[in-house]
Amino acid sequence: MPSPLEGNALFRGIYCWLAANKGNALQCPPDGPAFKDGWLPLGWEWLAYTIAALAIVMLVVNAFMVLATIYTYVERRLLGRFQSRLGPNRAGPFGLLQPIADAIKLLAKEDLVPAGADRWVFNLAPVVMVVPVILVLAVLPFGRHSFVADVNIGILYVVAVTSISTLAMFMAGFSSGNRYAMFGGMRAVAQLISYEIPVVLSIVGVLLLAGSLSLVSIVEAQRIPYILLQPLGFFVFMAGSSAEMNRSPFDLVEAESEIVSGYHTEYSGMKFGVFQLAEFGAVLTTSGIMATLFLKGWEGPVLPSHLWFLIKVFLFAFLFIWVRATLPRLRLDQVMAFAWKFLLPLSLINIFITAIEVLALDTTKLANLWLMAGINMAVAVLGIAAFSRFVRLGGKPRDITIEIPMASEAR
Amino acid sequence: MPIRTEPVTVNLGPQHPSTHGVFRLRVTFDGEVVLDVEPVFGYLHRGSEKLGEERTYTQVITLTDRLDYVSAMTNNQAYVIACEKLAGIVAPERAMYLRVIAAELQRLVSHLVATGFFLNDLGAFATPLMYCFRERESVMDLFEMLCGARITVSYMRVGGVFQDAPEEFWPALNTFTTDMPHYLDEYEQLLTSNEILLTRTKGVGILTTEKALNCSVTGPVLRSTGFPWDLRKVDPYEIYDRVQFDVPVGEQGDNYDRYKVRIMEMRQSIRIIDQCVQQIHPGPVKADVPALLRPPPGDAYGRIEGPKGELGFYLVSDGGIAPYRFKIRSPSFINLTVLRDLLIGWKLADMIVTFGSIDINMGEVDR
Repeated sequence: MPSPLEGNALFRGIYCWLAANKGNALQCPPDGPAFKDGWLPLGWEWLAYTIAALAIVMLVVNAFMVLATIYTYVERRLLGRFQSRLGPNRAGPFGLLQPIADAIKLLAKEDLVPAGADRWVFNLAPVVMVVPVILVLAVLPFGRHSFVADVNIGILYVVAVTSISTLAMFMAGFSSGNRYAMFGGMRAVAQLISYEIPVVLSIVGVLLLAGSLSLVSIVEAQRIPYILLQPLGFFVFMAGSSAEMNRSPFDLVEAESEIVSGYHTEYSGMKFGVFQLAEFGAVLTTSGIMATLFLKGWEGPVLPSHLWFLIKVFLFAFLFIWVRATLPRLRLDQVMAFAWKFLLPLSLINIFITAIEVLALDTTKLANLWLMAGINMAVAVLGIAAFSRFVRLGGKPRDITIEIPMASEAR
Repeated sequence: MPIRTEPVTVNLGPQHPSTHGVFRLRVTFDGEVVLDVEPVFGYLHRGSEKLGEERTYTQVITLTDRLDYVSAMTNNQAYVIACEKLAGIVAPERAMYLRVIAAELQRLVSHLVATGFFLNDLGAFATPLMYCFRERESVMDLFEMLCGARITVSYMRVGGVFQDAPEEFWPALNTFTTDMPHYLDEYEQLLTSNEILLTRTKGVGILTTEKALNCSVTGPVLRSTGFPWDLRKVDPYEIYDRVQFDVPVGEQGDNYDRYKVRIMEMRQSIRIIDQCVQQIHPGPVKADVPALLRPPPGDAYGRIEGPKGELGFYLVSDGGIAPYRFKIRSPSFINLTVLRDLLIGWKLADMIVTFGSIDINMGEVDR
């Protein structure tokens, strides 16, 4: 049995139920109650492996899709509450069937491809958009011993995979043959690549403390939640990842009041639905990563670990919804300035301070951790206050002497 | 090798989420920077001026409702003032007070809508808009008590108003004017010191007093440049000379000042309403005006300080039952003349916000 899946309890269960016999007693201990004799003969472990892996993938992906649809309901309902209105409440009790109604509506709609579009790229873009969101789930630990794979470079994998969505947005924007979509695509490239850097750097502090890239090890290494030890890192990660997901106040890529709907202006029907699903799913996976990195992941007293994980995910998702309901949008140059002048130096300061602390203090002692938490809190407050005081995001207009005549004059 | 670039022309509108109706902007962009703007309008043209010449003086009131459809009361007011000037009629005192109360309520509504959509253009996801519409709703209820309609009110008549306010109107109005300042405080808490709003609007789209005067811009847009021009003060009509209020002005005429002036004006409107409620006495609400008004031949120009600027109606009578000429000076249309100068050189996002801060209404621009 290959190593990444080994620690997974569910995989182990299915695999051993199918293939347990004398030949592979190492993986499936013969004294285990259910694993005395497998269904498959010796030499058919590969089939057992495939079935077990597929079962897990099916389970995780489908559970995630259901969760994402539930999340759309939660978001719309909460936004309604924030905006002193009711939100969807017609379909089913409390409007709970609204996501299903929406999905049926989207599926029944005509799927239009604009005449000027690049068909192949246009059709491929939604797929490229949704795949990275699902791929992240491969390493995300949902609960104690519950994950698809415990990859030893987990967080690096997450960073690498999520940045694919930039490509999808640019594909969608470029292939639509629509100028608003083009604007959205260009904005996506500029913004998402800029924000990748502070986001990655803000994770480094966590890695220094945990001493591992595996998400499972990071959770297990947290004696006190890293949100206390890495407040600055958390702030940068939260701001940066909301820009990565095009959430308010960085939702320029699909700024409704400016460029209609940004890169997915021309999409209709289920392709549009897939974009929406990918976006809402991204909120969930990002919240999941935040919970894993900064809030002890699945760990918590009394309640089962999966429930704790869900609670933490929805806590962060609620934060994102709250921000969305509150803040206006920044301008493009201001968004870029915020990444390069504000978040990047802050994340560097965070790395610097954390590295010194890890070198100077013995991190195995709990008292030292609390000392670190105190220092880092102070640094975070001072850093954010100082930067928000001295860094100015505003821009000036470009001097333009009009050379192009107005269209009416030219006529 | 330098990258070859070329300007892109985009037709922003007439169907676009933030064109406030069916406005169209032909914009030439260099990347995101606006190189040139050409406003195109006329998509909502209904020929109101010509229609007015085919209707009796009373029937025209319903047309004025549909000019600036978020401030029907003030449109009514401007028109009936012009008619009264033309026919030499003086409305009873109580009617004037009722008109002023209605007009100030309408100014509140218009400014609430302007603020809400301005924030929507800034990208706040509908929350300020819904908050503003919550208060607008209570004013709409008040209008419903006054005249049975909410949007197209047709409340005012030549020589007075359609009917006296019912008993339940006064306590409801009192509740509203008591609550409204708290709601305004709430908006200011949410918005006025919001860092993103400040970065986005301060120093953006600056309009100088000189340019504003040259373009004959009026209303909050002019006052935001620091020029205290308010027809309620400089040429008082109805009973505005009997109430105390200030004319709020801005500092430099940027988007932020235009927003701030509207918020401050809302507070003054509440002040005016409160004074009117104290001063109003029982009495007739309509002068004795024949159903088919035949003003003597001549012309008259009636103007008021509408929520968006100087709203004027120029009427020429040939002694018949319908105006010979019915001309509208609409503030939205004239305020749009500065648009091109405000936008050039700024980015796409600023363009939308500046356009929103001028607060136009297509019903009035196209007439």
